[in-house]
Amino acid sequence: MSKKYFVPLIGFGALVALLLFGLSNDPKLIPSPFIGQPAPEFKLPKMYKPDETISVSDMKGEVWVLNLWASWCVSCRAEHKVLSRLIAEKKVPTVGLNYKDYGTEDYGDDALQWLATLGNPYTAVAVDTKGMAGIDWGVVGVPETFVIDKKGIVRYKFTGPVYPDAVDDILIPLIDKLRAEAG
Amino acid sequence: MIPEIGHFALILGLSVAVVQGIFPMWGSLTGKSQWVALAKPAAFAQLFFVFISFLCLLYAFLTNDFSVKYVATNSNSQMPTIFRVSALWGAHEGSLLLWSLVLAGWGAAVAYFSKGIPAIMLSRVLSVMGLIGVGFMLFVIITSNPFERLLQIPAEGRQLNPLLQDIGLAIHPPMLYMGYVGLSVAFSFAMAAMIGGKLDAAWARWARPWTNIAWMFLTLGIALGSWWAYYELGWGGWWFWDPVENASLMPWIIATALIHSLAVTEKRASFKAWTVLLSIMGFSLSLLGTFLVRSGVLTSVHSFASDPERGLFILIFLLVVIGSSLLLFAFRAHKLRSMGTFSIVSREAGLLVNNVILVVMTATVLLGTLYPLIIDALGSGKISVGPPYFNSVMVPLSILLFIVMGTGFYLRWKKDDPKRILKKVWIPLVVSLIAAFVLPLVTVSDFNIKTTIGLFAGSWVSLAAIMWVVSLGRSPFKLPLGTWGSVIAHIGMAMTVIGVTLVSLYDTEKDVRLEVGQSYEMAGYNFSFKGVESVKVDNYVANRASMDVTKDGELVSAMHPEKRDYGRDQMPMTEAGIDAGFTRDLFVALGEPLGNNAWSFRIYHKPFVRWIWMGAILMGLGGLLAAFDKRYRRVRKVKVVDDQDVDLSTAAVSTNSPKTSGAPA
Repeated sequence: MSKKYFVPLIGFGALVALLLFGLSNDPKLIPSPFIGQPAPEFKLPKMYKPDETISVSDMKGEVWVLNLWASWCVSCRAEHKVLSRLIAEKKVPTVGLNYKDYGTEDYGDDALQWLATLGNPYTAVAVDTKGMAGIDWGVVGVPETFVIDKKGIVRYKFTGPVYPDAVDDILIPLIDKLRAEAG
Repeated sequence: MIPEIGHFALILGLSVAVVQGIFPMWGSLTGKSQWVALAKPAAFAQLFFVFISFLCLLYAFLTNDFSVKYVATNSNSQMPTIFRVSALWGAHEGSLLLWSLVLAGWGAAVAYFSKGIPAIMLSRVLSVMGLIGVGFMLFVIITSNPFERLLQIPAEGRQLNPLLQDIGLAIHPPMLYMGYVGLSVAFSFAMAAMIGGKLDAAWARWARPWTNIAWMFLTLGIALGSWWAYYELGWGGWWFWDPVENASLMPWIIATALIHSLAVTEKRASFKAWTVLLSIMGFSLSLLGTFLVRSGVLTSVHSFASDPERGLFILIFLLVVIGSSLLLFAFRAHKLRSMGTFSIVSREAGLLVNNVILVVMTATVLLGTLYPLIIDALGSGKISVGPPYFNSVMVPLSILLFIVMGTGFYLRWKKDDPKRILKKVWIPLVVSLIAAFVLPLVTVSDFNIKTTIGLFAGSWVSLAAIMWVVSLGRSPFKLPLGTWGSVIAHIGMAMTVIGVTLVSLYDTEKDVRLEVGQSYEMAGYNFSFKGVESVKVDNYVANRASMDVTKDGELVSAMHPEKRDYGRDQMPMTEAGIDAGFTRDLFVALGEPLGNNAWSFRIYHKPFVRWIWMGAILMGLGGLLAAFDKRYRRVRKVKVVDDQDVDLSTAAVSTNSPKTSGAPA
């Protein structure tokens, strides 16, 4: 038996090691460029009080959560219960950024009905009909959830629907930690 | 109910595949002929169940059954029927189901067209294919079930990515999968031959037509993808060296090498271990491509939802399939002693050069594709190498390849005389050199060494091919289809190269701001902007511009580039206005409104761009013709092998008959 016939096998072994490494580096965990940066400012009308606005600077001084959602988003429905539990349990102020939904031609006031049916866990709902704030926040898909600290720095980004384990293992410990930090 | 039937049928298909994967193989090793006989009916049954499963999912899409999660996330009732069908393979779960269906289809086809193949061999081939099917169906059922239901049924589904709502992309994935999965046939033949330890040239003959067909599908699939990118992405580009494109290019290059190396193995009983290795590599790269696309380890314009759990499953599957085949190769390859010897000037030597260059090209692409990952592993952050790397390595390699390609037609097996070759090739060589130097001077009165090299490569290969077939001196109707296939495929390759050269060097691109009534001039064409109107079609609304193109005062084309809005959370899509021609394309993409009745436009003049895809169509046609060569349907020679195959204990003896090795070109 000639050793040279093992060369392809060895080469393949190296390739597998590389791919295994690639796999353990989940691209979703690659920090978003916004992490560690001041939260991008927005000033948007509130859904229930259209003549009032909500902005990032209004939230300064406490740890808060920004959750991007829309009534057309199937996975938002899936995360709604989980997210509501987090908000109720930690009493963390949460801004719901309603993305390209309320007030658009296609959906009108679907979002109002959505919240009426499923319950409204948000401290305030910001209406981003044109999706401009979404662009500033580097949104790649709905839903997305950000955690912002007392100084207004984005500390964490969760892409996709939050699931119960993520709330218990990541979000709750993080919120506790950030609350302990000096303002 | 219907989705549950689909799910159940898929589980039945998996069960059949398990039987198909284990019993015929076991029977072939222990001499149980009833078990061996299971292979064929199992292959048909597998196709039957997977097809039912596929039809059930299709039914769910056609009836807008949004209780099925996969349907609700990829389709809605506003989409035209054709795109509700293609939405089936628009995302991960469905495309894997398509993979499984195509694999079952190839298996059943091998079982059906297997008259000349000994039962023992066939049972092993089908067993290997069955095992691959087990892996894929497990993947679908465990990690990516497309039949999963939603508890809360949405009234309307989301929609398929608008980029994918296009006829070119509706047929691109099935084509590509036919090619990817088709390479599993050559792989299974090579595995079966190694398991039997009977490494004569017969398996190469059986594998050849299947490899040709798979290669044809790959060629057309890649060309469709490139064509789609050209007209749909609105950048006028036709190849981006994107990881996912590379993932389809690598198996194609290896399959090209395999087609040539199989010829040597069949006719000269040479390159045996090498051919086996190429068969393994071809299918392995198909699987690797699937892994790269599905696991999300690399970022790409094709990034579908990535999921590490799924990635891990494919990686384990890769490890099992490729690892076991390479292990088998390591232990069996020394038995694959090649028979024929050949001198340095011979057809074998020419094809060896072809194979070496093609494998180096594949390694180049693989390295470039995985480079971001390697750099990341070394801890230097995420970067990508991009077109400059690929072009600077691939272009010189291609030039070398083309020089050998033209000569290859005239080379004789075993030993040839350089003087004889020179006598044959000097006419096409001189003619193509003259053409390469004179044509650019006459047409664009410009000399550019790159144009000359590209034109030379293209005209040299096509002239050499045509003069070779003429010099055979036989009536065109009596020539074997294999010969026709070869000539047509090589002319196709030449066309593609000329197209690539000319469009890369001479295309013009300009971003302009035009008010209604204004016009812009490019390459002798006058583009006059007539206005923009709003149109509403069933799945989108669009701004449609009207642009009249005139040349010397005569209307060439009235173009209507569009900016489409598919609503919801989707990005606006560019639908370019294209006036296609044999020697040039005019390409206009509509940009943004700039106020005051002005819009931004991007205008391109693309000489000979269409040759790239026309060449690919010729290549595909060539592959198809060659697969239907009469030689592959002859049963006589194979019978001899069949008799010897009964005695499995002497399996290691090579049964290479002088008849096979002496066959003419």
